[in-house]
Parts: sequence; C-alpha cells; structure tokens
Amino acid sequence: MLLTDLARGALACVARVRDAHERDPIAQRLRDLGFVPGEPVRVVARAPWSADPLLVQIGSTRFALRRAEAERVTVEEVGVAEGSAA
Amino acid sequence: MSESPLRIALVGNPNCGKTALFNLLTGARQKVANYAGVTVERKEGRFVTPSGRKIRLLDLPGAYSFESSSPDERITRDLLLGRYPGEAVPDLVVCVADATNLRLHLRFVLEVKRLGRPAVLALNMMDAAKRRGIVVDVPELSRQLGMPVVETVAVQRSGAKALIDLIDRSETQAPHGDPHPENADDLHAAVRGILVAAVTIPRATDARDDAIDSWTLHPVIGPLILAVVMFLVFQAVYSLAKPVSDAIGDGFGWLGAQAGAILPDGPLRSLVTDALFGGVGTVLGFLPEILVLFFFILVLEESGYLPRAAFLLDRVMLKVGLTGRSFIPLLSSFACAIPGVMGTRSITDPRDRLATMLVAPLMTCSARLPVYALLIGAFIPHRAILGVFNLQGIVLFALYVAGIAGAMVVAWVMKRLRRDHREHALLMELPSYRLPRPRDIAIGLWERGAIFLKRLTGIILALTVLMWFISTFPSPPAGAVGPAIDYTFAGYLGRVLQYPFAPLGFNWQISLSLIPAFAARETAVAALATVYAVAGGDGDTASLGYALAHNFSLASALSLMVWFAFAPQCMSTLAVIRRETRSWRAVVISFTYMFGIAYVASFLTWQIATRLS
Repeated sequence: MLLTDLARGALACVARVRDAHERDPIAQRLRDLGFVPGEPVRVVARAPWSADPLLVQIGSTRFALRRAEAERVTVEEVGVAEGSAA
Repeated sequence: MSESPLRIALVGNPNCGKTALFNLLTGARQKVANYAGVTVERKEGRFVTPSGRKIRLLDLPGAYSFESSSPDERITRDLLLGRYPGEAVPDLVVCVADATNLRLHLRFVLEVKRLGRPAVLALNMMDAAKRRGIVVDVPELSRQLGMPVVETVAVQRSGAKALIDLIDRSETQAPHGDPHPENADDLHAAVRGILVAAVTIPRATDARDDAIDSWTLHPVIGPLILAVVMFLVFQAVYSLAKPVSDAIGDGFGWLGAQAGAILPDGPLRSLVTDALFGGVGTVLGFLPEILVLFFFILVLEESGYLPRAAFLLDRVMLKVGLTGRSFIPLLSSFACAIPGVMGTRSITDPRDRLATMLVAPLMTCSARLPVYALLIGAFIPHRAILGVFNLQGIVLFALYVAGIAGAMVVAWVMKRLRRDHREHALLMELPSYRLPRPRDIAIGLWERGAIFLKRLTGIILALTVLMWFISTFPSPPAGAVGPAIDYTFAGYLGRVLQYPFAPLGFNWQISLSLIPAFAARETAVAALATVYAVAGGDGDTASLGYALAHNFSLASALSLMVWFAFAPQCMSTLAVIRRETRSWRAVVISFTYMFGIAYVASFLTWQIATRLS
C-alpha cells in the first residue's frame, strides 16, 4: 500500500521508494532521509486542507511530506505491538 | 605560540544545535533557532583553547546529505573537499549530531567520514537524550565510527568542555576503519548496525512532542491556535508597546523644549528642537513596537512552533504558488523585509525561493508601523468594538491583511505566468519543541534593536537634518505673505512631485515625504514632522498627528496608508534582492510591480473615499 493510504497512527515498514520519473531527486532525497526498506514508519498527522501535507515519522525524525511526495513510498503494515524501537 | 590558527569546521544536519555550539565556543552573536536551514550564511569565529592554541571555527550550512543539489549542501561539501574557491580545507571537521536523533544524523556523519578528512563527533543535546532515557555507549560508538566522540550540551555554559579538551590534545588524524559504502541503502544499514551496537533508545519520539503536536497539528484546533497566536501578537504590539512609545515621544518633546529654552532664537534652535529632538524622538518612539513584534517572532522561532505553522499552511501557500517554507521568511518580513529576503535561502528550491523573495516586501514591515501608527492615531477614532477590540487595532490589522492578500494575488499571478510547472518538494523536518531560552531571546532582541538604532543614527538622522535644511532655506524674501516653507527648496520639490501624485490625493507635503521614505520608510514620519512643524511654526512635534488631521482629509490619509502597504520602498530591500538573486531583473520586476499596485490601489482608495465622504 502507499504511505498516503496508511491510517493515522498505524505502524508500517517502508517497502520501497519508487522514482516518479527517471533520476527523481525527490525520491533520492526521501531515501537519504531514511525512507529505506524495512524502516518503521508512521503517519502522525494530516494537515487541515485536503489532508495535505502529511506528517510522517521515520526513525526518530518527523517530516512534513506533500501527498505527491508520500505517494512515492510503498509501505507494508505491521502489527501494532512490534517495531516500536528505532 | 606563533603557529597559524587551527582551522575547524562545524558540520551537521539541520536542527542538530550546531549554531548554539558555535555560539558557545566563540561567543559570537548569532541567531540560534531550531528551524531547518537557519544557518545559511558563512559564519566564522575565533577562540583560544586553555593551552593557548588559536582556533578559527567555521560554521558550515546544515546538510542532510551530499547527494542533493541544494545550494547549502553544495557549499558544505565543496568546502570540506577543498573545492570551494577562496576557502582552505579545514584541518579538523567537527561533526555535530543530535543525540536524540542519531538514526538520521549518523548517516550524514558517515557521509562526512567518507570524505577522509580528520574528524570528530560531538554528540550534542545530551541533556535531552538523558531526559528521554537514551543511553549512548560512547567508547563503542567511537570504535564503530573510527573517530573520537565527545558529549556536548550546547545550551549549557560548560557544555563544550570535552570538545575543547579534545581539540587541545590535537587528535586530528583521519578516521580509520572500513570506508563506508557508497549506496544510500547500505549507509542506512551501517547506521542501524552502529545503533544496535552502541545506542539504546527506549522510545522513538519524545512523549512531550507527541502531546503538544496532537493539539497544534489538529485539523480543526491547530489552525485555530495559529490564528489566535497571530492575532494576539498584533494586538500585543498595539497594547503593550503603545504606552512606552508615547512616554518616549513625550520625553523627547520635553527635552526639545528644554534645549529650546537655552538656545537663542534662530536656525540653530529650530535645528535642535525640530530636526534633532523632534524628528529623532518621533522615530525612536517606535522602538518598543518593533521590539515587541521581534520578541514574539523570536519566541515562536526558538520554540519550534514556526515549522508547525508552515505545515498547517503549506496547502494554502502551494495554491498561490508558494510553499509552506515561505511562511518563515514571510513572517520575518513583518519585522523587516531584509532578514526576510535573506531567510529565503532556507527554501532549497530556486523557483519557490524567487517567488517568496518577490512578495516578501509586501508583508507589513516594522518600518511601516511608525507611518501607520501616526495616521491611524490622527484619523481613526479610538473607539471600542464589541467591548474588547478597538477600531484603531482593527484598521492596523486590515492593513496587514491587505499586504498578505496582495502577496497572495501577486504569487498566484506569477504562478500562472511562469512556464516551469514541475513538481517542487516540501520535505520539511519538524524539530522537537524547545523552551525558548531568555538569553537567546535577549541576544536576538538586542541585535535587532541595535540594527534599528544604527539606522536611526545613520540614515535617519542625516535625512532628518537634510529635510530640515531644505524646508528652512532659502528664507522667504522680505515682505513675503505666504507661509515661509512655500519659498524653500522643500516647497519647490514637493510642488513638482505633487503632479504625479495628485490623483492619489497627496498634497505636496506628503509627496515630499515620499523621497526620504524611499531610503527608509520610517523617515516619512520625521519628514512630515519637520515639514509641518516648520509650516505650522509651532515646533511641537508631539502634536504632529493633530497638525496632520487639520491639513489633509481622511481620504488622503487612507490613500497614503494604502500607498505604504504596497509601494516599492526602502532601497535596502531592493539592494538585498539584487545581492541574493545576483540579477537586476528581479529588482526591476519588484520595483515595477509594486509601484503599479501601489499607484492603482491608492488611486482607487482616494477616489472611493472622496465619493463616500
């Protein structure tokens, strides 16, 4: 599923970051910031208008991502009990 | 010791507390804030270690990665590689990492290590890490990274002792151990390995941040909090600062009168009482308002609330062609457009940056406040609305809203006109909340107050005296019947200027005051004070508002306020746009569009207001 479809507060792991086009600098930036396979990720909040941008927790850092940016990230939902450590 | 100083560079992710550490080491006066990208200028400081070793410390722009094309990160990388023109390679690189955010920050440390320069790691914010129960095995971390590691707390006086001791022992060899992999995924894997071996993190987030964010970022309550905060700031500027301003104005009036009593009648007495005490006192009286506004901006910035506001507003800003990141530079522009324009460096995207820079001068800067305050005080009745708000405050608020609305329309039009419709990223970090430290706020206020006062003593004082001169000389010929000022240089200049400005309802005195206003807006008040004090022949600048109210109409006053809301003023702003964009094109565009909007808006205001009254 896409990161944008993840319910608020649900725990998931990054599956991959897809390049929207060839040599996509935004996808590269996301990978640099820690969006790499297996990393625990969570949607913390959504902005008031059109739920855009999203506030995403990756590792111990929070990033505001616009929906178009977050759609590059595919995630796999995991159980609520596990994966709380960084 | 006579050896040349050791060159040390501070590098680290944005929000790692690097700037605070730099201030602690060098004692340099520099803005400390936890908004991503605040350290955008080259900052160098010097200090001497306890053993007498001279250090030149360079504070490099914050960076997440060397892979990107952002100008800040390019500067940092090129400098560390010795490729930056005119800069020597640092002898030692001090990597600064937030101990509460090692998952992200260690990856960048590994990137720096890959450059092969002598490096040490400063684990900053160890106080916050301890509070959150984060345990770092420092010797193990040092072994894993292949470089010395010390703990620092940049916000404590003795917080850099371990780092200074380390520098003193001059352990500046290149990092050892395996060179870390090139690939982004592998770097992250290496960080995970190091964290497992050396760091215990009980909880990925700070429970306190989660609790605050659940309110400030709430879809309904969050925007309400933001609106209330903004509204209170503007009300506070009026209600907290106004009594102090009035007291300063009265004080200078009294001083002028005392000086006038001593001096003999003639040009010297009028220079001292009208130009010096009158003009300068009027402008100085607005210092409290400027400081109150800066105080709130600094508190919001230091606390970490501003990026939250940017998050809430991104969608709206994007609609008009800006970005949530534009919010901080635009908010700074409420104090002054110059730091605002310079602050656009934190917008990594060149297109978004230019758009923000072009609309920043439309934000109501503090230099407009003296003019607004004077005109509102003179023309808008002091009347309570709904029991709590006063009409004057509401008019001031409306002028601020006019600037914001104008900026939105201009940004939207620019978005329509430009050809580049590619996607531009937000990708903004929201740092932990921090309690603003009174010392940092005090330093920030001191710096800003000093800038205002320097301008006052320099440009404003010179212009005030010049204004006094052209409105005093030449003296009227013997047997002249009209007011003395009609015969002066000022009278002549004002009468020439009033032709282009007559359709806006400006008389020649107002037209004249627009000349010094182009150098610095707030001098318009001093200029009017000088012209009217001379014209009215009464020398009491405290009653300037009274003099204005009897010399021109409400329609002219409204038109002048609207002019000030949009006009291309303050040549310093245009100069800074030139410097930041390195093109005259941006300067010409700014000047032309602002002049056009101001002229049309003032014209409409005057035409409508004269028909209604």
